[in-house]
Amino acid sequence: MYFTLNGKRTRIDAHPMKRLLDVLREECGLTGTKEGCGEGECGACTVLVNGLPVNACLIPLAHAARTRVTTIEGLGGRHPLQRAFVELGGAQCGICTPGMILAAVALGPRPSLDRMRTGLAGNLCRCTGYSAIYKSIRKASGSKAMRKA
Amino acid sequence: MQGLISNRTLLEPKSLADALRMLRDEGPLVPVAGCTDLYVSLNFGTLDATRFVNLWGLDELRGIRVRGNVLSIGALATYTDIIRSPIVRTRLPMLVAAAREVGAVQIQNRGTIGGNIANGSPAGDTLPVFAAADATVVLRSADTVRRVLFSALYTGYRRSVVRADELIAAIEVPEVRGRQWFRKVGTRAAQAISKVVMAAVAADQPRIALGSVAPTVVRLPSTEAALAAGASIADAQRILLDEIAPIDDMRSTAEYRRRVAANLLARFWNERKRG
Repeated sequence: MYFTLNGKRTRIDAHPMKRLLDVLREECGLTGTKEGCGEGECGACTVLVNGLPVNACLIPLAHAARTRVTTIEGLGGRHPLQRAFVELGGAQCGICTPGMILAAVALGPRPSLDRMRTGLAGNLCRCTGYSAIYKSIRKASGSKAMRKA
Repeated sequence: MQGLISNRTLLEPKSLADALRMLRDEGPLVPVAGCTDLYVSLNFGTLDATRFVNLWGLDELRGIRVRGNVLSIGALATYTDIIRSPIVRTRLPMLVAAAREVGAVQIQNRGTIGGNIANGSPAGDTLPVFAAADATVVLRSADTVRRVLFSALYTGYRRSVVRADELIAAIEVPEVRGRQWFRKVGTRAAQAISKVVMAAVAADQPRIALGSVAPTVVRLPSTEAALAAGASIADAQRILLDEIAPIDDMRSTAEYRRRVAANLLARFWNERKRG
């Protein structure tokens, strides 16, 4: 089974019904993707498949075949959203942050507050109260380097 | 606890015909599409099935089109496909409203209309829409195609007339005349399963369907007839309460559901001529 993981063609030999979340963490060693609830409620495991945010805890490896998968590691650590989340306190305990940032990437440039609220409604944060997250996204989305994954 | 993954088998059909042959010859198999319901059960170890057939790649089940004034939505259309579809927005806006309130964007990107119908939860967000729209479900097996009225699909709590060798291929919706209305009442706008969900069409013969108030989604024929005959909203609400059978559960109480269902009826009826 092949897919393109953070821009690299990647071969995986694992059970086709293994969760994409477990494949990323255990087979690929990419532990940035977190498990929260394991039932599609909290969004901590959000990754992008062909540019669309999905819950990696609800996706069998078979459904990742031949797709482009982007995880938080794929943003490289210096993405405008990552910097803004650090600078403005958009990240506190950090468990929701990778999923939050990937859902924010999918919002595209300059999202309205309403669009941010709708686009992040599937990502729960128990630390920040969300205001700092919206501020971080607003700051990053004004940056020239903001681009879609 | 997750079940043992090595016990599971996932068959990979190359076409719809291939999938239907597998269901006929290699069953029993659980068909899987977006997996948004499936993995909740698997992750919590509450599903005993071990053999699955993967429908996700069968693009022939994905189309949304109009044929002879009937809107046909392929079973694999996701909620995102529905929200983005100009055809659905024009012809069945209450379905777009329902799709926007399913989970949040991550679930909308994977969950499918066929899965919502097959899962058959009485709380399924899109089901009152299909009930109110007098939709028809297209069921295919290796050897047959049959069309079942949506209102005749479910026979009890999570039970339907779909046979083990059949797949839901599409749902067909005739032209809906009259103003469409949808309202889901839940704990929050996103990620909540409904306490009560209602879809309705305002016309000389109004059509009203409710979810989460009975073992299956229900139409309210007596309430509809009363409103059509000019009954007061108070009388119609009393009739509605005889047509539903809500229960207490983890999400709400029977009493709350009765009151909200009656309130939704009044809201729908009062808003029918607005805008």
